[in-house]
Amino acid sequence: MESTQATNHVSYLQHKPHKIGILNWILSTDHKRIGLLYLYSIMVFFIVAAFLGLLMRIEKFAPGETIMDAQTYNGVFTVHGIIMIFIIVIPGLAAVFGNFFLPILIGAKDVAFPKLNLFSWYIYIAGAILALISQFASGGAPDTGWTFYVPYSADSSTNVIWALTAAFILGFSSILTGLNFIVTIHRLRAPGMSWFRMPLFPWSIYATSWIQVLATPIVGITLLMVIAERTLNIGFFDPALGGDPILFQHLFWIYSHPAVYIMILPAMGVVTEIFPTFSQKPIFGYSAIALSSVAIAAVGYFVWGHHMFTTGISYWSRWFFSFLTFIVAVPSAIKVFNWISTMYGGSIDLKPPLLWAIGFIFLFMIGGLTGLVLGALATNVHVHDTTFVVAHFHYIIFGGMGFAFFAGLHYWFPKMFGKMYNIKLANISFIITFIGFNVLYFPLFIIGLQGMPRRYFDYFPEYQYGHVISTIGAFILIIGIFIMLFNFFRGARKGEIAPANPWKGVTLDWQIESPPTLLNFDEIPVITEKPYTFKKEEEA
Amino acid sequence: MFSGASNFVEGVDTAFAFIFGVSAFFIIAITAFMIYTVIRFKRSKVKNPKQFRGSVTLELIWTIIPTILVLMMFYYGYMGFAPMRNVPDDVMEVEAIGRMWEWEFVYENGKSSKDLVIPVNRPVKLNLKAEDVNHSLFIPAFRVKEDVVPGYDNYMWFTPYYIGDYEILCTEYCGMLHSAMTADAKVLDSAEFEQWYADLSQQKEEEKPEGFEITKSNGCFACHSRDGSKLVGPSFKGLYGSENVVITDGEERTITADEDYLKTSIINPNQDVVKGYNPGLMQSYEGVISDEDIDKIVEYLKTEK
Repeated sequence: MESTQATNHVSYLQHKPHKIGILNWILSTDHKRIGLLYLYSIMVFFIVAAFLGLLMRIEKFAPGETIMDAQTYNGVFTVHGIIMIFIIVIPGLAAVFGNFFLPILIGAKDVAFPKLNLFSWYIYIAGAILALISQFASGGAPDTGWTFYVPYSADSSTNVIWALTAAFILGFSSILTGLNFIVTIHRLRAPGMSWFRMPLFPWSIYATSWIQVLATPIVGITLLMVIAERTLNIGFFDPALGGDPILFQHLFWIYSHPAVYIMILPAMGVVTEIFPTFSQKPIFGYSAIALSSVAIAAVGYFVWGHHMFTTGISYWSRWFFSFLTFIVAVPSAIKVFNWISTMYGGSIDLKPPLLWAIGFIFLFMIGGLTGLVLGALATNVHVHDTTFVVAHFHYIIFGGMGFAFFAGLHYWFPKMFGKMYNIKLANISFIITFIGFNVLYFPLFIIGLQGMPRRYFDYFPEYQYGHVISTIGAFILIIGIFIMLFNFFRGARKGEIAPANPWKGVTLDWQIESPPTLLNFDEIPVITEKPYTFKKEEEA
Repeated sequence: MFSGASNFVEGVDTAFAFIFGVSAFFIIAITAFMIYTVIRFKRSKVKNPKQFRGSVTLELIWTIIPTILVLMMFYYGYMGFAPMRNVPDDVMEVEAIGRMWEWEFVYENGKSSKDLVIPVNRPVKLNLKAEDVNHSLFIPAFRVKEDVVPGYDNYMWFTPYYIGDYEILCTEYCGMLHSAMTADAKVLDSAEFEQWYADLSQQKEEEKPEGFEITKSNGCFACHSRDGSKLVGPSFKGLYGSENVVITDGEERTITADEDYLKTSIINPNQDVVKGYNPGLMQSYEGVISDEDIDKIVEYLKTEK
């Protein structure tokens, strides 16, 4: 079947209307090519930011100055945070897999506004370049942390304005992409695909997009206000000018807490696609998973105060935000139980995508449950702003979102490139990455509980054992990631030709050619049944 | 197991124990179940999996049980926290001042100290004042932490239970030497404390020129030492009248630190940077400190020999 299709059709990668190679990328409005543009940009920035993270770990190998001075260290953790958060994980899964697979999964030829889609990528690149300039321009790398807390960010003489402008511009990219996806899901679903016949990855993108559209403007305005404060001396936040420093934190977290869900919801969506395929069994609790995404997006707006339990906000708001934080934990737990029940009783093929997805569940559980420690008032007071928090959000963002991203790459790689990576090498890279990850971040829980604060250039000798183990973990992790990237590059260049449906998936992405043709479908499919319906007996 | 260095340790650590206990149970149980499932339902063993799609009973069970558990966690967290906001009447009040990058503790009798010296078994309330940016006062052994925010009257209280020295750390990022912003909480027995408290001999500092107070309140000493040691910027000690190599527009030249040079350095700090120090770290104080006050600072600097 595959061979006849290949002779009759031209894949999106072979479709080259322009003579100059690069123009086929930077002028293409094809959602698949734009997805890859995001993938490559994110990969480059990820390597840069991961390297900065490694430098931080090397610096912390011993107390005092090891390889850099305090000012440099503060710049490095700030730029590591800005790149990782604003350039990698916020666009992350939604921009790469959302662009590539959302239209395919709902049976559409492209997103609703293809030109706007390409424009979003240009805005993204402009913001990303500004962020890089902020690191190297003459005033010195911004040293405020990615959170830009005022008054320090109003006082610091480093390139804070560059970094603020970068984050402001990146926000537009996020808003426009969200808007595009919402319209796409509303208007372009294939005939017969009612809301509850839609696969669950589009559901998670839908919930994410609403957060992007509704929450991002708040941070945009807030960052503009800091710029106005610095350039025009308007006292919004700086008490020296009559402003309120806590107001900044409220505005910042009203966006930045929902932003955590912008990161994690698409990740949940990706693993939700993986479990049924590798168990050959419908997803367990379809509506529970779909609605819990929406519940997380909705309740997630009202928990920002848990970042501020020690700032002096009122007694009542402290317990109120703590209470809601616990409520928002429940939908995530529901998802975990449903994923595991999907595997139970299935026909399980432990291929790399499933391995990464199971790794995701394990790390996400640790990240989520330690989040409860941070949600409870008494324990939050002790561990707030310690390395416990650093470990917690790396388990969620890297262990959760990052591992789901890698799971998705291993899952859809044959579809995206029409080639296959080496399965054995993929398993090896997973094991090394998984071990390195835990060795790197788990000790930070322990020393955080002992009282090791975050963003500390220097530390007392009693914390050194934890930092040493953690630094060793960083090296293991980086080796694992490089093996994985090497495997992908080799696979894309000279891997075996992948069949159209290597994992026996039943969603629409596996019903078309690998790689897909320019318009994905010859004929728009008509949907007649629920998603994840596996037909009996297709013995090879 | 839960008695500790302050009155809050028991409540906080009970909350920790409950949350960690429940979490550990779920992590182990779910991981074990996943491993069992992957082995038991391997593709080689199961050819035709059953195609069930869900169970309302199960969904209800794993919605309700986690909800009850997290509400219990909320309860323990709340119970451990509530007393932290409930200050008893007979507390000893101490003003805790955070500035880049040091702590200062000022007592009711005017005594000032770099370390927090307190008597054992007596409740202490710290009134938190920030002089520049956000800080946060954290004493891990006492399980207390509260941000020190300019313009806000934040506070914390606790009763230390044991004599000893405990770390005080700054946990809200406050710039270059954030990690050096530490102090000790020294818990003494009552008699020893009273003796320390009554001794004001260290406090009688010689009369300081007005410019000293202006310099101090603008936080200049955070980067410019008074004892000749090299911090972010050159030390004030012996600065006036000294000869220095500075870099102006990339060119090295030698200048004498006279009145003009000192004023220029306050208003336009990156114009002539002393060799060996980084430009861009000091902001201009033009419009921040009045010309009159700048003159007073320069007068004061002449006295730092």
